[in-house]
Amino acid sequence: MLDLDPILLARAQFAANITFHILFPTITISLGWVLLFFKLRYNATQHPKWIEAYKFWVKVFALSFALGVVSGVTMSFQFGTNWPGFMETVGNIAGPLLAYEVLTAFFMEATFLAIMLFGMNRVSNRVHTMATLLVAVGTTLSAFWILVLNSWMQTPAGFEMIDGKAHAVDWLAIIFNPSFPYRLVHMLLASGLTVAFLIAGVSAYRWLRGDRTESVGAAMKTGVYMGAVLIPLQILAGDLHGLNTLKHQPAKVAAMEGVWETARGVPVLLFAIPDEKNRTNHAEVGIPKLASLILTHELDGEIKGLNEFVGKHPPVAPVFWAFRIMVGVGVLMLLVSWIGAWQIKRHHAPAPWLARVLIAMSFSGWVATVAGWYVTEIGRQPYLVYGVMKTAEAASRVPAGMIATTFFMYLAVYVALTVAYVSVVFYLARRAGETAPQVTPPSIKPLSQGAANG
Amino acid sequence: MDSAQWLPVVFLGLMGLAMLAYVVLDGYDLGVGIMLESATDEDKDTMVSSIGPFWDANETWLVLGIGVLLVAFPMAHGAILTALYLPVAVMLFGLILRGVAFDFRAKVNAHRKPLWNRLFCVGSILASFAQGLMLGLYITGLQYTAATLSFGVLTGLCLCAGYVLLGSTWILMKAEGRLQQQAVGWARRSLWVTALGIVAISAATPMVSERIFDKWFSLPNFFLLLPIPIATAVLFFAIDRALRRLPTRLAQGNEYGVWVPFACAVGIFLLAFYGLAYSLFPYLVVNRIDIWQAASSPESLMIILIGAAFVLPAIIGYTVFAYRVFWGKAQELTYY
Ligand code: HDD
Ligand code: HEM
Ligand code: HEM
Repeated sequence: MLDLDPILLARAQFAANITFHILFPTITISLGWVLLFFKLRYNATQHPKWIEAYKFWVKVFALSFALGVVSGVTMSFQFGTNWPGFMETVGNIAGPLLAYEVLTAFFMEATFLAIMLFGMNRVSNRVHTMATLLVAVGTTLSAFWILVLNSWMQTPAGFEMIDGKAHAVDWLAIIFNPSFPYRLVHMLLASGLTVAFLIAGVSAYRWLRGDRTESVGAAMKTGVYMGAVLIPLQILAGDLHGLNTLKHQPAKVAAMEGVWETARGVPVLLFAIPDEKNRTNHAEVGIPKLASLILTHELDGEIKGLNEFVGKHPPVAPVFWAFRIMVGVGVLMLLVSWIGAWQIKRHHAPAPWLARVLIAMSFSGWVATVAGWYVTEIGRQPYLVYGVMKTAEAASRVPAGMIATTFFMYLAVYVALTVAYVSVVFYLARRAGETAPQVTPPSIKPLSQGAANG
Repeated sequence: MDSAQWLPVVFLGLMGLAMLAYVVLDGYDLGVGIMLESATDEDKDTMVSSIGPFWDANETWLVLGIGVLLVAFPMAHGAILTALYLPVAVMLFGLILRGVAFDFRAKVNAHRKPLWNRLFCVGSILASFAQGLMLGLYITGLQYTAATLSFGVLTGLCLCAGYVLLGSTWILMKAEGRLQQQAVGWARRSLWVTALGIVAISAATPMVSERIFDKWFSLPNFFLLLPIPIATAVLFFAIDRALRRLPTRLAQGNEYGVWVPFACAVGIFLLAFYGLAYSLFPYLVVNRIDIWQAASSPESLMIILIGAAFVLPAIIGYTVFAYRVFWGKAQELTYY
């Protein structure tokens, strides 16, 4: 074990941790806004179905939040333990961004979460709604700051290097660096889609089990409609994001498309097995000229191939495949959410087969999000800060054996917790179904305690 | 004055404040976690409710403390955290268990609840012990020898006791009846182990470095500093006295002075922290890296300081608000 490469291990460990971490922010960022929506609907209509939906999903929120916090705390230590060189070189830029995240977002989320979760009977309805709003604002702010940092690492701007250290010159240029707007929009939409399909899937699960309470119907409708509206926006945003990447990181796009030789009229590859050793693809299946059309908006547009970046391009196969997984899930989401929206509009419920598909896609947002991040992050290699600093220069001097031990420990915990999380979400769904009064008209349903008070 | 001179000092203060807030605040909820398995099932729920609304924000102070170390003193952050790699991993493991168990225990099937209760307790113990171990190793200069390790184990155990002291005196204020009486017992047992820890650390730090020895034992410093150990001792005896009287008083339903042990315990942590900070200043790693060597560029620090000046008062404001909302005896968490 001791002869493992410490850099590889440090990377694997960091990747495992952030992959685990991002699962939960992806949910909390937009679930906070959905909860606010439920709360506001309830305030406006006084219909108990909204507060019931709120009460169910706030539990999922609390659980996701807890997992996000503990894995996030881990992340904040790993900058020092795994990448000491990172902060030593670009700490002057990364530092303030991380500090602003802690100061403006984390405390606000954590404090108002308590009031949102446990305060319903202790504060007025107004204050409780405010707390829900502030939690949603907090998670979104935190996404804002961390994405500033990540985008800056992709497309650095607004700094100068003095004695091998980055110094800030223009903070506005740092914050609004070229890829930031695209990444922020794409990530927020990714979060919205993840939550939309989670809500639709879990509600479909309850619905199929015979739990036909109005709150289940309301939540399912919210989820499916939300997905149907967001997915075209996401595809559009993804397209623009790709154009932006082509401008700033052409090597990444070449890897995403699996293009080796610079050429015109490049096809979109639906399937291929990239072979980095021989610098070619096997078993290509493609649609002629489409890649050129998408990326340059011209049938004969030129796309730079990987051979222009020998030694300076990322590993091709993972980027190529991760990109196809993300886009594939995106297309699936489009189909499912539009058919679902149409069925719900026509028949007020999805057909049983579609309900099963929705259940299967409950966590599809996770797949696409993680795949997307892998495109972004692996596609940036071998750089840590694009064009400024290589990943190897930042690595830790901690012995490999130690990293390996902790790596397997973290991995075991993460797998166990992810399994526990998914099963608890479905367990909560079953339990809610057992305690919910079956199909009673709202007028005679007693107001639940929280509704009466809150 | 040159900003490269004073900014690092300001940030050291900020970091110290965050760390102190963390130790006191997360200290009481870790302490409650450590004692969880010693209570009856019914009381376990009360104990968890007493910290439920707070633990997350409390832990955020750790993120801020480590964050300031990271952003203001990146070199020291790398040096300290790579040296403490394993204890940090153990602490994070403990914090992960504790944080998730808190939520899972309230949501899982009833027969799984004992498992998550146990994990909650184990996580709290691991995190507390690892923090104490790190403290011991840190004070003795981040070296791994038999002597520093055994000292670290001692500080690890004593910090657990210190957290139990905070946690059980917190329970005193937040609980009623049987649990309250039980908490008096926990507090009394942890009190003297905490004292042992403080004595051990006070004895060890001057021995690590001549400079620290001189700081304390040269004249007139010695006499000027004498109030610190004396005040600490007084607080210990005050807690002891209060704890002796409380059982009978509580049995009569008289809550007079239930807050005294907690307040005094916080006082002890403040003084111990102050003493330690006095010893170490201006070094971040004893005798190796001082704050000016490790600091980020002044422009970056300034940007953070401006933000902090606006945001910290707001944070303190809504933290106070949250404590007021959840003031008084812990009620069953009408979870949502
Ligand atoms: C796009 C969103 C996003 C991304 C890429 C990251 N995070 Fe995160 N993080 C969040 C979005 C978020 C969040 C939504 O704000 C969380 C999730 C649940 C929560 O409590 O806040 C959070 C929690 C969270 C916490 C706990 C906060 C608390 O105590 O309340 C820490 C310390 C971090 N994160 C640190 C990091 C670091 C060091 C990252 C990068 C390497 C990172 N996060 C990536
Ligand atoms: C949120 C989702 C994210 C995911 C899923 C993710 C995933 C990954 C993966 C898979 C790697 C390893 C790439 C490789 O080694 O080939 C990596 C590396 C890295 N990422 Fe991210 N990342 C995310 C966000 C971030 C953010 C927000 C930051 C910083 C602010 C960041 C900083 C880094 C650093 C420092 C490395 C180490 C260098 C490296 O191994 O390439 N990542 N990430
Ligand atoms: C279907 C059309 C889609 C296209 C064309 C597309 C395009 C892209 C591109 C080009 C990138 C890499 C950007 C870079 O690193 O420079 C990316 C990243 C990413 N994608 Fe997508 N995407 C699509 C769908 C989705 C879906 C459905 C999700 C999630 C629900 C998603 C989530 C992400 C995430 C989280 C990232 C990493 C963060 C970022 O760089 O913005 N994408 N996407």
